[in-house]
Amino acid sequence: MSKQHTTRPITTGTSVVGLVYDGGVLLAADTLLSYGSMAKSFNTPRMVSIDERILLGASGEYSDFQEVVQKVKALALEQKTQSMESLYEDRPLSAKSLWNYLRAVMYQKRSKFNPFWNDVVVAGYENGSSFLGVVDKLGTTLQENCVATGFGAYLAMPLLREQYRPDLSEGEARALLEDCMKVLFYRDCRASARIQLAKVTADGCIISEPYELDQSTGWNAPSMIRPVGDLDGDGGW
Amino acid sequence: MTDLQHLSRYENDHHLKDGEVSTGTTILALPCKGGVVVCADSRTSTGTYVANRVSDKLVQLSEYIYCCRSGSAADTQALTDYVHYFLNQWSLETGREPTVKTAAHLMRRLIYQNKDALQAGVIVAGWDEVHGGSVYTITLGGSCLQLPFATGGSGSIFIQGLLDSEYKPDMDPAAARALAKKACSHAMCRDGSSGGVIRTVLLNKDGANRDYTAGVDLPFGPSAVW
Repeated sequence: MSKQHTTRPITTGTSVVGLVYDGGVLLAADTLLSYGSMAKSFNTPRMVSIDERILLGASGEYSDFQEVVQKVKALALEQKTQSMESLYEDRPLSAKSLWNYLRAVMYQKRSKFNPFWNDVVVAGYENGSSFLGVVDKLGTTLQENCVATGFGAYLAMPLLREQYRPDLSEGEARALLEDCMKVLFYRDCRASARIQLAKVTADGCIISEPYELDQSTGWNAPSMIRPVGDLDGDGGW
Repeated sequence: MTDLQHLSRYENDHHLKDGEVSTGTTILALPCKGGVVVCADSRTSTGTYVANRVSDKLVQLSEYIYCCRSGSAADTQALTDYVHYFLNQWSLETGREPTVKTAAHLMRRLIYQNKDALQAGVIVAGWDEVHGGSVYTITLGGSCLQLPFATGGSGSIFIQGLLDSEYKPDMDPAAARALAKKACSHAMCRDGSSGGVIRTVLLNKDGANRDYTAGVDLPFGPSAVW
Protein backbone atom coordinates (compact mmCIF):
# COMPACT_ATOMS: atom_id res chain seq x y z
CA MET A 1 0.00 0.00 0.00
CA SER A 2 1.74 3.15 -1.16
CA LYS A 3 1.22 6.45 0.55
CA GLN A 4 0.63 9.67 -1.34
CA HIS A 5 3.37 12.23 -1.56
CA THR A 6 2.94 15.85 -2.53
CA THR A 7 5.39 16.28 -5.41
CA ARG A 8 4.46 19.66 -6.79
CA PRO A 9 1.94 22.39 -6.08
CA ILE A 10 -1.09 22.52 -8.40
CA THR A 11 -3.40 25.27 -7.17
CA THR A 12 -1.39 28.08 -5.65
CA GLY A 13 -1.44 31.46 -3.99
CA THR A 14 1.43 33.88 -4.21
CA SER A 15 3.11 36.21 -1.69
CA VAL A 16 1.94 37.15 1.79
CA VAL A 17 3.56 40.28 3.22
CA GLY A 18 3.44 41.49 6.81
CA LEU A 19 4.89 43.90 9.28
CA VAL A 20 4.69 44.87 12.91
CA TYR A 21 3.56 48.41 13.63
CA ASP A 22 2.84 50.43 16.75
CA GLY A 23 -0.07 48.57 18.33
CA GLY A 24 -0.37 45.48 16.17
CA VAL A 25 0.53 43.50 13.09
CA LEU A 26 -0.63 44.15 9.55
CA LEU A 27 -0.66 41.49 6.79
CA ALA A 28 -1.46 41.78 3.12
CA ALA A 29 -2.07 39.21 0.41
CA ASP A 30 -3.82 39.19 -2.91
CA THR A 31 -6.90 37.06 -3.43
CA LEU A 32 -5.83 35.29 -6.60
CA LEU A 33 -5.74 31.51 -6.91
CA SER A 34 -3.61 30.24 -9.79
CA TYR A 35 -3.82 26.90 -11.53
CA GLY A 36 -0.40 26.73 -13.12
CA SER A 37 -0.28 29.88 -15.21
CA MET A 38 -4.06 30.24 -15.35
CA ALA A 39 -5.85 32.63 -13.02
CA LYS A 40 -8.48 30.33 -11.60
CA SER A 41 -10.27 32.37 -8.98
CA PHE A 42 -10.12 36.05 -8.11
CA ASN A 43 -11.73 36.25 -4.69
CA THR A 44 -10.06 33.55 -2.60
CA PRO A 45 -9.00 34.75 0.85
CA ARG A 46 -5.58 33.44 1.82
CA MET A 47 -5.63 34.87 5.32
CA VAL A 48 -7.93 33.57 8.06
CA SER A 49 -8.38 34.40 11.70
CA ILE A 50 -8.18 31.72 14.36
CA ASP A 51 -10.33 32.36 17.41
CA GLU A 52 -10.54 36.00 16.27
CA ARG A 53 -7.15 36.56 17.87
CA ILE A 54 -4.55 35.00 15.58
CA LEU A 55 -4.04 35.55 11.86
CA LEU A 56 -2.87 32.76 9.62
CA GLY A 57 -1.90 33.46 6.04
CA ALA A 58 -0.12 31.27 3.51
CA SER A 59 1.32 31.12 0.05
CA GLY A 60 1.81 27.90 -1.91
CA GLU A 61 -0.53 24.97 -2.39
CA TYR A 62 -4.04 26.04 -1.45
CA SER A 63 -5.32 22.59 -0.50
CA ASP A 64 -2.52 22.25 2.04
CA PHE A 65 -3.41 25.64 3.47
CA GLN A 66 -7.04 24.57 3.82
CA GLU A 67 -5.92 21.42 5.62
CA VAL A 68 -3.64 23.36 7.97
CA VAL A 69 -6.41 25.83 8.80
CA GLN A 70 -8.86 23.01 9.51
CA LYS A 71 -6.37 21.31 11.83
CA VAL A 72 -5.49 24.56 13.60
CA LYS A 73 -9.12 25.55 14.11
CA ALA A 74 -9.83 22.13 15.56
CA LEU A 75 -6.83 22.44 17.83
CA ALA A 76 -7.87 25.91 19.02
CA LEU A 77 -11.40 24.75 19.74
CA GLU A 78 -10.16 21.70 21.57
CA GLN A 79 -7.87 23.75 23.73
CA LYS A 80 -10.61 26.20 24.53
CA THR A 81 -13.22 23.63 25.46
CA GLN A 82 -11.78 20.24 26.21
CA SER A 83 -8.38 20.76 27.77
CA MET A 84 -8.05 20.32 31.51
CA GLU A 85 -7.00 23.94 31.94
CA SER A 86 -10.07 25.24 30.16
CA LEU A 87 -12.21 23.93 33.01
CA TYR A 88 -10.65 26.42 35.33
CA GLU A 89 -9.55 29.43 33.31
CA ASP A 90 -9.55 31.10 29.94
CA ARG A 91 -6.20 30.42 28.35
CA PRO A 92 -6.62 30.72 24.65
CA LEU A 93 -4.06 29.53 22.13
CA SER A 94 -1.21 31.99 21.74
CA ALA A 95 0.19 33.00 18.36
CA LYS A 96 3.69 32.04 19.35
CA SER A 97 2.72 28.57 20.51
CA LEU A 98 0.66 28.06 17.34
CA TRP A 99 3.72 29.07 15.33
CA ASN A 100 5.81 26.52 17.14
CA TYR A 101 3.14 23.85 16.75
CA LEU A 102 3.12 24.47 13.01
CA ARG A 103 6.89 24.21 12.97
CA ALA A 104 6.63 20.71 14.48
CA VAL A 105 3.90 19.67 12.04
CA MET A 106 5.72 21.01 8.97
CA TYR A 107 8.99 19.41 9.99
CA GLN A 108 7.40 16.05 10.59
CA LYS A 109 5.63 16.12 7.22
CA ARG A 110 8.79 17.07 5.37
CA SER A 111 10.73 14.31 7.08
CA LYS A 112 8.31 11.87 5.48
CA PHE A 113 8.73 13.51 2.03
CA ASN A 114 5.14 14.72 2.11
CA PRO A 115 5.27 18.41 3.01
CA PHE A 116 2.50 20.92 3.35
CA TRP A 117 3.70 22.97 0.39
CA ASN A 118 3.23 26.37 2.04
CA ASP A 119 4.95 29.30 3.62
CA VAL A 120 2.68 30.06 6.58
CA VAL A 121 2.61 33.47 8.26
CA VAL A 122 1.40 33.60 11.87
CA ALA A 123 0.50 36.92 13.49
CA GLY A 124 -0.93 37.82 16.88
CA TYR A 125 -0.97 40.36 19.68
CA GLU A 126 -0.49 39.10 23.22
CA ASN A 127 0.96 40.27 26.53
CA GLY A 128 1.05 43.81 25.21
CA SER A 129 3.28 43.07 22.24
CA SER A 130 3.00 41.97 18.64
CA PHE A 131 4.04 38.60 17.30
CA LEU A 132 4.89 37.94 13.68
CA GLY A 133 6.49 34.73 12.45
CA VAL A 134 6.72 32.50 9.41
CA VAL A 135 7.08 28.72 8.96
CA ASP A 136 8.11 27.24 5.61
CA LYS A 137 7.48 23.81 4.08
CA LEU A 138 10.72 22.44 5.51
CA GLY A 139 9.82 23.49 9.03
CA THR A 140 12.16 26.51 9.13
CA THR A 141 10.92 29.27 11.40
CA LEU A 142 11.61 32.98 11.48
CA GLN A 143 10.29 35.54 13.90
CA GLU A 144 10.74 39.04 12.47
CA ASN A 145 9.26 42.51 12.33
CA CYS A 146 8.87 42.25 8.56
CA VAL A 147 8.07 39.06 6.67
CA ALA A 148 7.30 38.25 3.08
CA THR A 149 6.78 34.92 1.36
CA GLY A 150 7.18 33.87 -2.26
CA PHE A 151 8.11 36.67 -4.63
CA GLY A 152 7.64 39.10 -1.77
CA ALA A 153 10.89 37.84 -0.27
CA TYR A 154 12.72 39.29 -3.29
CA LEU A 155 10.62 42.32 -4.17
CA ALA A 156 8.88 43.44 -0.97
CA MET A 157 11.51 42.78 1.72
CA PRO A 158 13.91 45.49 0.48
CA LEU A 159 11.07 48.00 0.54
CA LEU A 160 9.99 46.90 4.00
CA ARG A 161 13.52 46.99 5.40
CA GLU A 162 14.08 50.48 4.08
CA GLN A 163 10.89 51.99 5.45
CA TYR A 164 10.40 49.98 8.62
CA ARG A 165 10.42 51.81 11.99
CA PRO A 166 9.19 50.40 15.28
CA ASP A 167 6.81 53.35 15.74
CA LEU A 168 4.97 53.14 12.42
CA SER A 169 1.34 54.19 12.61
CA GLU A 170 -1.35 51.98 11.15
CA GLY A 171 -1.80 54.36 8.20
CA GLU A 172 1.91 54.33 7.39
CA ALA A 173 2.05 50.56 7.71
CA ARG A 174 -0.91 50.21 5.37
CA ALA A 175 0.62 52.56 2.79
CA LEU A 176 3.88 50.63 2.89
CA LEU A 177 2.13 47.29 2.42
CA GLU A 178 0.02 48.63 -0.44
CA ASP A 179 3.18 49.86 -2.14
CA CYS A 180 4.70 46.39 -1.76
CA MET A 181 1.56 44.75 -3.18
CA LYS A 182 1.58 47.13 -6.13
CA VAL A 183 5.19 46.21 -6.98
CA LEU A 184 4.27 42.56 -6.67
CA PHE A 185 1.30 43.01 -9.00
CA TYR A 186 3.56 44.63 -11.59
CA ARG A 187 6.37 42.10 -11.37
CA ASP A 188 4.91 38.74 -10.30
CA CYS A 189 3.14 36.77 -13.03
CA ARG A 190 1.02 35.05 -10.41
CA ALA A 191 -0.18 38.17 -8.59
CA SER A 192 -3.36 40.21 -8.97
CA ALA A 193 -4.34 43.77 -8.14
CA ARG A 194 -7.16 42.68 -5.84
CA ILE A 195 -5.81 42.46 -2.29
CA GLN A 196 -6.88 42.00 1.28
CA LEU A 197 -5.42 43.59 4.37
CA ALA A 198 -5.60 41.90 7.77
CA LYS A 199 -4.67 43.34 11.12
CA VAL A 200 -4.43 41.97 14.62
CA THR A 201 -4.31 44.23 17.65
CA ALA A 202 -5.18 44.02 21.32
CA ASP A 203 -8.82 44.18 20.22
CA GLY A 204 -8.58 41.11 18.01
CA CYS A 205 -8.47 40.44 14.27
CA ILE A 206 -9.99 42.29 11.36
CA ILE A 207 -9.69 41.10 7.78
CA SER A 208 -10.76 43.61 5.15
CA GLU A 209 -12.95 42.86 2.17
CA PRO A 210 -10.94 42.43 -1.03
CA TYR A 211 -10.31 45.69 -2.91
CA GLU A 212 -8.42 46.80 -6.02
CA LEU A 213 -5.08 48.59 -5.83
CA ASP A 214 -4.82 52.05 -7.31
CA GLN A 215 -2.99 51.78 -10.65
CA SER A 216 -3.84 55.23 -11.97
CA THR A 217 -0.21 56.37 -12.22
CA GLY A 218 1.35 53.04 -13.06
CA TRP A 219 0.98 52.95 -16.84
CA ASN A 220 1.22 56.49 -18.15
CA ALA A 221 4.95 57.28 -18.30
CA PRO A 222 5.90 58.46 -21.82
CA SER A 223 8.55 55.74 -22.10
CA MET A 224 5.81 53.17 -21.63
CA ILE A 225 3.42 54.61 -24.18
CA ARG A 226 6.09 55.17 -26.84
CA PRO A 227 6.07 52.23 -29.27
CA VAL A 228 9.50 50.78 -29.94
CA GLY A 229 8.48 48.15 -32.50
CA ASP A 230 8.12 50.57 -35.38
CA LEU A 231 10.68 51.10 -38.13
CA ASP A 232 12.19 54.03 -36.28
CA GLY A 233 12.52 52.03 -33.06
CA ASP A 234 14.88 49.28 -32.00
CA GLY A 235 12.71 46.46 -33.32
CA GLY A 236 10.72 45.78 -30.20
CA TRP A 237 11.32 44.69 -26.68
CA MET B 1 16.62 11.16 -8.75
CA THR B 2 15.74 11.19 -5.08
CA ASP B 3 12.44 12.60 -3.90
CA LEU B 4 14.26 15.47 -2.24
CA GLN B 5 15.63 16.62 -5.58
CA HIS B 6 12.14 16.45 -7.00
CA LEU B 7 10.96 18.85 -4.31
CA SER B 8 13.12 21.64 -5.67
CA ARG B 9 12.56 21.04 -9.33
CA TYR B 10 8.83 21.31 -9.75
CA GLU B 11 8.59 24.38 -11.88
CA ASN B 12 10.60 23.44 -14.93
CA ASP B 13 7.92 22.77 -17.47
CA HIS B 14 9.00 25.73 -19.64
CA HIS B 15 10.97 24.72 -22.72
CA LEU B 16 13.17 27.80 -22.48
CA LYS B 17 16.72 27.67 -21.22
CA ASP B 18 17.45 28.86 -17.68
CA GLY B 19 17.06 32.61 -17.53
CA GLU B 20 15.74 32.94 -21.07
CA VAL B 21 13.10 35.58 -21.51
CA SER B 22 9.75 34.68 -23.04
CA THR B 23 6.88 36.63 -24.42
CA GLY B 24 4.31 34.31 -22.82
CA THR B 25 1.69 36.30 -24.46
CA THR B 26 -1.62 37.15 -26.02
CA ILE B 27 -1.49 38.28 -29.63
CA LEU B 28 -4.22 38.57 -32.20
CA ALA B 29 -4.96 39.95 -35.64
CA LEU B 30 -8.46 40.72 -36.93
CA PRO B 31 -9.08 41.74 -40.54
CA CYS B 32 -11.60 44.54 -40.89
CA LYS B 33 -13.00 46.75 -43.61
CA GLY B 34 -10.12 48.13 -45.63
CA GLY B 35 -7.34 46.58 -43.55
CA VAL B 36 -6.37 44.68 -40.43
CA VAL B 37 -6.08 45.33 -36.68
CA VAL B 38 -3.19 43.71 -34.79
CA CYS B 39 -3.22 43.60 -31.00
CA ALA B 40 -0.93 42.39 -28.22
CA ASP B 41 -0.46 42.51 -24.46
CA SER B 42 2.80 43.86 -22.99
CA ARG B 43 4.12 41.30 -20.51
CA THR B 44 7.56 39.72 -21.01
CA SER B 45 8.36 37.14 -18.37
CA THR B 46 11.36 35.10 -17.16
CA GLY B 47 9.67 32.21 -15.41
CA THR B 48 7.20 33.98 -13.14
CA TYR B 49 9.10 37.29 -12.97
CA VAL B 50 7.84 40.09 -15.20
CA ALA B 51 10.97 41.30 -16.93
CA ASN B 52 9.18 44.00 -18.89
CA ARG B 53 5.59 45.00 -18.10
CA VAL B 54 5.26 47.45 -21.00
CA SER B 55 6.89 45.59 -23.89
CA ASP B 56 6.04 46.23 -27.51
CA LYS B 57 5.30 42.94 -29.24
CA LEU B 58 4.04 44.54 -32.44
CA VAL B 59 7.03 44.90 -34.74
CA GLN B 60 6.90 46.72 -38.01
CA LEU B 61 8.32 44.68 -40.89
CA SER B 62 7.54 47.22 -43.59
CA GLU B 63 5.33 50.28 -43.91
CA TYR B 64 2.09 48.30 -44.13
CA ILE B 65 3.05 44.97 -42.56
CA TYR B 66 3.40 44.12 -38.89
CA CYS B 67 4.40 41.03 -36.96
CA CYS B 68 3.01 39.95 -33.57
CA ARG B 69 5.65 38.10 -31.55
CA SER B 70 5.20 35.22 -29.12
CA GLY B 71 7.66 32.65 -27.74
CA SER B 72 11.27 33.43 -27.02
CA ALA B 73 11.91 37.18 -27.06
CA ALA B 74 15.46 36.73 -28.38
CA ASP B 75 14.40 34.41 -31.20
CA THR B 76 11.51 36.59 -32.34
CA GLN B 77 13.59 39.75 -32.23
CA ALA B 78 16.27 38.13 -34.36
CA LEU B 79 13.67 36.83 -36.83
CA THR B 80 11.89 40.14 -37.23
CA ASP B 81 15.22 41.91 -37.72
CA TYR B 82 16.04 39.53 -40.58
CA VAL B 83 12.61 39.77 -42.21
CA HIS B 84 12.62 43.55 -41.94
CA TYR B 85 16.03 43.60 -43.61
CA PHE B 86 15.04 41.20 -46.39
CA LEU B 87 11.76 43.01 -47.10
CA ASN B 88 13.61 46.30 -47.34
CA GLN B 89 15.98 44.73 -49.85
CA TRP B 90 13.03 43.25 -51.75
CA SER B 91 11.39 46.69 -52.00
CA LEU B 92 14.57 48.23 -53.37
CA GLU B 93 14.95 45.50 -55.96
CA THR B 94 11.31 45.41 -57.13
CA GLY B 95 10.38 49.05 -56.64
CA ARG B 96 7.15 48.32 -54.81
CA GLU B 97 5.76 47.51 -51.38
CA PRO B 98 5.88 43.81 -50.43
CA THR B 99 2.70 41.80 -50.04
CA VAL B 100 1.77 40.31 -46.70
CA LYS B 101 2.06 36.89 -48.34
CA THR B 102 5.71 37.56 -49.20
CA ALA B 103 6.50 38.70 -45.67
CA ALA B 104 4.74 35.71 -44.15
CA HIS B 105 6.51 33.20 -46.34
CA LEU B 106 9.88 34.79 -45.70
CA MET B 107 9.22 34.41 -41.99
CA ARG B 108 8.05 30.84 -42.51
CA ARG B 109 11.27 29.94 -44.29
CA LEU B 110 13.43 31.26 -41.51
CA ILE B 111 11.45 29.45 -38.83
CA TYR B 112 11.13 26.17 -40.73
CA GLN B 113 14.79 25.95 -41.64
CA ASN B 114 15.82 26.61 -38.05
CA LYS B 115 13.02 24.82 -36.31
CA ASP B 116 15.18 22.90 -33.85
CA ALA B 117 16.92 26.04 -32.63
CA LEU B 118 13.99 28.42 -32.46
CA GLN B 119 10.94 28.86 -30.30
CA ALA B 120 8.83 31.43 -32.08
CA GLY B 121 5.14 31.68 -32.89
CA VAL B 122 4.28 34.75 -34.92
CA ILE B 123 1.34 36.34 -36.66
CA VAL B 124 2.19 38.32 -39.79
CA ALA B 125 -0.59 40.72 -40.72
CA GLY B 126 -0.91 43.84 -42.82
CA TRP B 127 -2.31 45.53 -45.87
CA ASP B 128 -1.19 45.38 -49.45
CA GLU B 129 -2.63 46.63 -52.75
CA VAL B 130 -3.12 43.15 -54.16
CA HIS B 131 -5.11 41.44 -51.41
CA GLY B 132 -6.10 44.21 -49.01
CA GLY B 133 -5.91 43.16 -45.38
CA SER B 134 -4.64 39.64 -44.67
CA VAL B 135 -3.49 37.58 -41.71
CA TYR B 136 -1.00 34.68 -41.64
CA THR B 137 -0.09 32.67 -38.58
CA ILE B 138 3.21 30.81 -38.36
CA THR B 139 3.39 28.14 -35.70
CA LEU B 140 6.35 26.70 -33.79
CA GLY B 141 7.27 24.13 -36.45
CA GLY B 142 7.09 26.61 -39.30
CA SER B 143 3.61 25.92 -40.67
CA CYS B 144 2.21 28.98 -42.38
CA LEU B 145 -1.57 29.29 -42.45
CA GLN B 146 -3.66 32.06 -43.87
CA LEU B 147 -6.63 32.51 -41.58
CA PRO B 148 -9.74 34.70 -41.43
CA PHE B 149 -8.44 35.91 -38.06
CA ALA B 150 -5.67 34.66 -35.79
CA THR B 151 -4.76 34.45 -32.13
CA GLY B 152 -1.49 33.31 -30.63
CA GLY B 153 0.52 32.95 -27.44
CA SER B 154 -0.30 31.34 -24.14
CA GLY B 155 -3.32 33.58 -23.56
CA SER B 156 -4.96 32.75 -26.85
CA ILE B 157 -6.56 29.54 -25.56
CA PHE B 158 -8.82 31.61 -23.34
CA ILE B 159 -10.28 33.68 -26.15
CA GLN B 160 -10.50 31.40 -29.17
CA GLY B 161 -14.13 30.68 -28.27
CA LEU B 162 -14.94 34.31 -27.61
CA LEU B 163 -13.59 35.34 -31.00
CA ASP B 164 -15.18 32.40 -32.81
CA SER B 165 -18.44 33.71 -31.43
CA GLU B 166 -18.05 37.47 -31.91
CA TYR B 167 -15.80 37.98 -34.92
CA LYS B 168 -17.50 39.06 -38.14
CA PRO B 169 -15.68 39.72 -41.43
CA ASP B 170 -15.65 43.28 -42.79
CA MET B 171 -16.20 45.01 -39.45
CA ASP B 172 -15.78 48.72 -39.11
CA PRO B 173 -12.13 49.43 -38.03
CA ALA B 174 -13.19 51.03 -34.76
CA ALA B 175 -15.38 48.03 -33.92
CA ALA B 176 -12.57 45.62 -34.84
CA ARG B 177 -10.19 47.51 -32.58
CA ALA B 178 -12.70 47.41 -29.74
CA LEU B 179 -13.23 43.67 -30.19
CA ALA B 180 -9.49 43.05 -30.28
CA LYS B 181 -9.01 44.97 -27.03
CA LYS B 182 -11.92 43.20 -25.40
CA ALA B 183 -10.58 39.76 -26.33
CA CYS B 184 -7.05 40.69 -25.33
CA SER B 185 -8.17 41.95 -21.93
CA HIS B 186 -10.08 38.72 -21.26
CA ALA B 187 -6.97 36.71 -22.07
CA MET B 188 -4.82 38.96 -19.90
CA CYS B 189 -7.24 38.44 -17.03
CA ARG B 190 -6.96 34.65 -17.07
CA ASP B 191 -3.45 34.02 -18.35
CA GLY B 192 -0.68 34.61 -15.80
CA SER B 193 1.86 35.05 -18.57
CA SER B 194 -0.07 37.92 -20.18
CA GLY B 195 -0.76 41.33 -18.71
CA GLY B 196 0.14 44.98 -18.60
CA VAL B 197 -1.17 47.26 -21.32
CA ILE B 198 -2.83 46.61 -24.69
CA ARG B 199 -1.17 47.87 -27.84
CA THR B 200 -3.02 47.83 -31.17
CA VAL B 201 -2.13 48.93 -34.67
CA LEU B 202 -4.63 49.54 -37.46
CA LEU B 203 -3.15 48.86 -40.90
CA ASN B 204 -4.76 50.02 -44.10
CA LYS B 205 -3.92 52.00 -47.24
CA ASP B 206 -3.24 55.06 -45.09
CA GLY B 207 -0.42 53.33 -43.19
CA ALA B 208 -0.07 52.32 -39.54
CA ASN B 209 -2.11 53.85 -36.73
CA ARG B 210 -1.09 52.97 -33.17
CA ASP B 211 -3.17 52.86 -30.01
CA TYR B 212 -2.30 52.37 -26.33
CA THR B 213 -4.63 51.21 -23.57
CA ALA B 214 -3.18 51.63 -20.08
CA GLY B 215 -3.47 48.80 -17.55
CA VAL B 216 -6.01 50.79 -15.60
CA ASP B 217 -8.28 51.33 -18.64
CA LEU B 218 -8.70 47.74 -19.77
CA PRO B 219 -12.18 46.88 -21.07
CA PHE B 220 -12.20 43.83 -18.74
CA GLY B 221 -10.07 43.00 -15.74
CA PRO B 222 -7.28 42.85 -14.65
CA SER B 223 -9.30 40.74 -12.23
CA ALA B 224 -12.83 39.52 -12.81
CA VAL B 225 -15.27 41.09 -10.41
CA TRP B 226 -16.52 37.80 -9.02
